[in-house]
Amino acid sequence: MSDRLSAADVTKVARLARLDLGADELERMTAQLAGMLEHFADVDALDLSAVEPMTQPFPLVNVMRPDVVQPGLDRDEVLAMAPAAEDGRFRVPPIVGLEG
Amino acid sequence: MPSATELAAAVRAGTTTAAELVERHLAAIDAREGEIHAFNHVLTEAARERAARIDEQAARGDDPGPLAGITVALKDNMCTRGVPTTCSSRILEGWRPPYDATVVRTLHAAGAVVVGKTNLDEFAMGSSTENSAFGPTRNPHDTSRVPGGSSGGSAAAVAAGFAHFGLGSDTGGSIRQPAALCGVVGVKPTYGYVSRYGLIAFASSLDQIGPFTTSVHDAALVLDVIGGHDPLDSTSIPREHPRLVDSVGQGVEGLRIGRITDLPAGADPDVEARLEAAFDALTAQGATVVDVQVPAFTFGLTAYYLIAPAEASSNLARYDGVRYGLRVDAPDTNSMYSATREAGFGEEVKRRIMLGTYALSAGYYDAYYGKALKVRRLIHDDFERAYAHADVLLTPTSPSVAFPFGAKGDNPLAMYLCDTYTIPTNLAGHAGMTVPFGTGAEGLPVGVQVLAGTLREPTMFRVAAALERAMEGGGR
Repeated sequence: MSDRLSAADVTKVARLARLDLGADELERMTAQLAGMLEHFADVDALDLSAVEPMTQPFPLVNVMRPDVVQPGLDRDEVLAMAPAAEDGRFRVPPIVGLEG
Repeated sequence: MPSATELAAAVRAGTTTAAELVERHLAAIDAREGEIHAFNHVLTEAARERAARIDEQAARGDDPGPLAGITVALKDNMCTRGVPTTCSSRILEGWRPPYDATVVRTLHAAGAVVVGKTNLDEFAMGSSTENSAFGPTRNPHDTSRVPGGSSGGSAAAVAAGFAHFGLGSDTGGSIRQPAALCGVVGVKPTYGYVSRYGLIAFASSLDQIGPFTTSVHDAALVLDVIGGHDPLDSTSIPREHPRLVDSVGQGVEGLRIGRITDLPAGADPDVEARLEAAFDALTAQGATVVDVQVPAFTFGLTAYYLIAPAEASSNLARYDGVRYGLRVDAPDTNSMYSATREAGFGEEVKRRIMLGTYALSAGYYDAYYGKALKVRRLIHDDFERAYAHADVLLTPTSPSVAFPFGAKGDNPLAMYLCDTYTIPTNLAGHAGMTVPFGTGAEGLPVGVQVLAGTLREPTMFRVAAALERAMEGGGR
């Protein structure tokens, strides 16, 4: 599992993470991430077959509350902090029709 | 210096005023903040206004609360309505939240006065505060050295006398390590002890809010105010916590103090010497030292550096240039997201997002993230077994005293090793705190870490207070 990462792997991960890494950044990141993953080799030596994964310190239980209207955030105050807003909504560049 | 407890009592009794306390701290900030850079924002006028309101309340005969006039330096990853909250990141520069974090509302209701928002490693990722987009904070004990991190600003603010107490967040040691390096008390309570509503998320299964103070009693006082259930945080524990101020004076007679015999090596000799002195001080006060093993402790760092980045990569997906903060314009949404995130995040944040995205991606999930979660279980269970034999465990907080700027160079792993002794507790969800316990190399502060099981804060505070008493008695 300590097979090193290729630059192609890192490029793919950068796309998944929505990061426009530059060429030198990509190269540096590939070396650093490979180094960090190699550190994981000490865990590979453990027999974990009978161990249950632990996702949270406490078992999560569904939290319910009465279905009563609660005060929410002020729309104008929220939109005033948005990079772009129009007609009481967030404004974004086109989503459809431009994807290559 | 009088404690926060005494000063709040004086404000409530009318023998001093909130205005006086606030002005004293604003003057201290004025004198030394240029050198320290503890704050991203100092809230001079807001602090004065709040102090005036507290003094009016006291004059009317109303009780302004248990923290009346007490000043707080708030880590800049906790939301304050209408006041910039940046996480020391360009991506949130200029953002003013439309709501207050629950801790902020609770502190205001208790009469506390926020004097500023403190610097941190960007999104709390780091151990030196060197990763801030707005420049590093300097250690008040030696300004050529780091204050630790990620809550370095809050630790430095308390150490420099800028505020009575600070609030930080601790995901892998971000309260305890800077507290140790700055010579103050720092507490990471049990996961779920304090509401995180309005704390900007880094790694949700690990993050916890806690105080920085100059005394163990003050830490208990602050936690007694901010602890407790909050319906707005579904991970906050739905029960009443016992008053910790009642535990502080109880002594350690008969308590079992655990020494972890298989603790990972790597602490400097000066730090080890202080830990030995701490065991001696507790024995002298009637406690017994017992040997315990926590074999999986040594895997903490490895598990953490998959779990925390995995959760972070998911939590930080929300910074996309749509609803708040920075946007870099582009012709379509996907390139707008990528350009915004590339410009807005610093190097360490990008590194962790990349690592986390990789660990969660198809084909690697079981090999990395899934395995890390199993190691997390081993760590938790090993701690639980140790706590069957010991009431608390004692370890170094940080492997070394405060280090010079740039000392960890470009190697991310060297920086991560700073948190060797603090990380396993976050993975287990248990409680931990650091108490200043004398000095090491260069006369710099050394902290001793007291660890305790789930909701064992009362015992942890008894031990911390005993260590503090030993220091006051000249117990070196």
